[in-house]
Amino acid sequence: MYQYTENDQTLIDERVAQFKRQTENYFKGELTEDEYRALRLRNGVYIQTHAPLLRVAGPYGLLNSKQVRKLAHIARTYDKNYCHFTTRQNIQFNWPKLELVPEILAELATVQMHAIQTSGNCMRNTTSDHLAGVAVDEIADPRPYCEIIRQWTTLHPEFDYLPRKFKIAVSGALNDRAATQFHDIGLHLVKNAEGEVGFKVFVGGGLGRTPIIGLVIKPFLEQKHLLSYLEAILRIYNLFGRRDNKYKARIKILVKETGLDKFTKLVDAEWEYLRADNELSAERVEAMQAHFASPAYDVKADSDTTFAEHKANDKAFATWLAHNTAEHKVPGYSAVFISLKAPDMPPGDITDVQLDAVADLADEYSFGEVRATHRQNLILADVKQADLYTVWQKLAALQLATPNIGTATDMICCPGLDFCSLANAGSIGVAKEINEALDDLDYIHDIGDLKINMSGCMNGCAHQSVGHIGILGVDKKGAEWYQITLGGSSENNAAIGERLGPAVAKHEITEAITTILDVYIKNRLEDETFLAAVNRLGITPFKERVYANN
Amino acid sequence: MQIIKDTTIVNNSWKFIADDEDLSAGDITVSLARWQQDREALIAHSGNVGLRLKSNDNVADFADDLAHIKLIELNFADFADGRSFSQAWLLRGRFNYQDEIRAVGHYLPEQVFYLSRVGVNAYATDKPTDLALIMNNLNDFTVKYQASIN
Repeated sequence: MYQYTENDQTLIDERVAQFKRQTENYFKGELTEDEYRALRLRNGVYIQTHAPLLRVAGPYGLLNSKQVRKLAHIARTYDKNYCHFTTRQNIQFNWPKLELVPEILAELATVQMHAIQTSGNCMRNTTSDHLAGVAVDEIADPRPYCEIIRQWTTLHPEFDYLPRKFKIAVSGALNDRAATQFHDIGLHLVKNAEGEVGFKVFVGGGLGRTPIIGLVIKPFLEQKHLLSYLEAILRIYNLFGRRDNKYKARIKILVKETGLDKFTKLVDAEWEYLRADNELSAERVEAMQAHFASPAYDVKADSDTTFAEHKANDKAFATWLAHNTAEHKVPGYSAVFISLKAPDMPPGDITDVQLDAVADLADEYSFGEVRATHRQNLILADVKQADLYTVWQKLAALQLATPNIGTATDMICCPGLDFCSLANAGSIGVAKEINEALDDLDYIHDIGDLKINMSGCMNGCAHQSVGHIGILGVDKKGAEWYQITLGGSSENNAAIGERLGPAVAKHEITEAITTILDVYIKNRLEDETFLAAVNRLGITPFKERVYANN
Repeated sequence: MQIIKDTTIVNNSWKFIADDEDLSAGDITVSLARWQQDREALIAHSGNVGLRLKSNDNVADFADDLAHIKLIELNFADFADGRSFSQAWLLRGRFNYQDEIRAVGHYLPEQVFYLSRVGVNAYATDKPTDLALIMNNLNDFTVKYQASIN
């Protein structure tokens, strides 16, 4: 993975010093609440219901074991012994003291980590495919481009006070695992007829209050034009994005109100001025690719026989393998999912003890690296098949081997009313209740591939509008109610879920979900997934059953 | 009033003339609307003439007149309105404007490093105590990740 140069280190150290001064000036009364707010947000600090929340950047989800141990240390020293992985591959601490945040950031800087631009109306952490570099369906590794974009976006002087937040995602594979069509800019690595790598550029996608699927603004952008084209889009957005209404300030609204044709003309006109002078050199890309070269894989890894024996003899191991591992481009290796969706833990949460143990596992079995997924789990990307049985046993002992990746209990969930000052309704508690109702693993595995996403308010941090089942918490006269949608998807066949009907009360939501699953089981064709069944049947049969008693 | 220009504290010689005020002698700035309305009179003005831009003014609208304009003030009504940053970039990067670009109004001393990078070279403030802070903050970073004006 990318290793900081002296310049990178200087930049984050200077950022820590800057934020320390800003925080001191705020406590001295020299910065107003409003002024300090804009500055602290750009350093990852929100003020939530109970305490500040610190969001640390996980650059396109990659962490090394040293960084993971540092997160454990921070959880132990400054927080309540746990942290939370988000849908944008970042890490959140829920209970730090505001005056200690500069100290925490200084600690993070010692392991090449920061919280720069993880909130605020600026360019955010670039996200990517959690299987980048090891996926069997990969066209090109997106990580070198992610790092080039990370550097370009970091402390960009012109685009730090945008109309609204701005998110970029990059996918390098045939199957989109980075929800790129729901980002302000989505980039797909593609090859042209000559076999050269370039980008299919999507613009104006987004979730939140007004979910919109991104549109293709450039079917093939040459690699050398990546940064000049991003600059052109950002300048047009910065100048013309709406600033009169924060709910209409995202680029998706600008694209929609301007129309794609006119918007494209504006961007192309701007780009014409820029493209010749700001080329990304092939040498720079190659130098960056060297940072992401494959580790020293064991060429004899697939000659192991113990793996097949364990698989045949241990049903629990075989079940875990089927759900919590992914195929690897190198024979004899697998990518291992670490489930942060144990039944009794809030989705995405992990303790300091677990973090330290994961760091040890990474060092011993996966070249010292850990990845965060956008569905709030972790990955050891390069585990030898011969080691899978041991890794499984160790993960199981840590409560990190629940065999539920991609199933009904692998829910995406925001912090909800328990922590978040924006939320209208609880989400962690409801997730727990649904989890308890679905505690039969055989049943979960029979249902198969299912993405349930639940957000505690319209801001949609948990991407409910693209969940196969989406649950949205709403406030009805002070009571918590839940709106259900069906058929959303953030993958290649991007779709926004259709509303099932009126919101249901809190005590009815779990039964509504189990009813929906029951309708699916009764009506599915052989091997038909939940999403495929919803697409075929439409929502009517589900609606009729869920609202049968009303 | 003192301002910072090119990292030095200097006395300000310019006066802003509101749209309903008569032009006065000396170095003056006016709004873009006033410039467009009284262009000939302003070109004939005995002192230097500058513009005070709102964040939604389009710099392309007066790009042909830049030779007559010796100061451009970017007037921040709200420090979070980032359009002024792109205005500065366009003036320097697209229209090759070489004279003074000055931040005025409600920007933050905490923003001056970014402002300096997009081509702003002067800073006015109502709070004399901010002058030292601005001078200090212009040196917040010694490294950068991307090209801009500076």
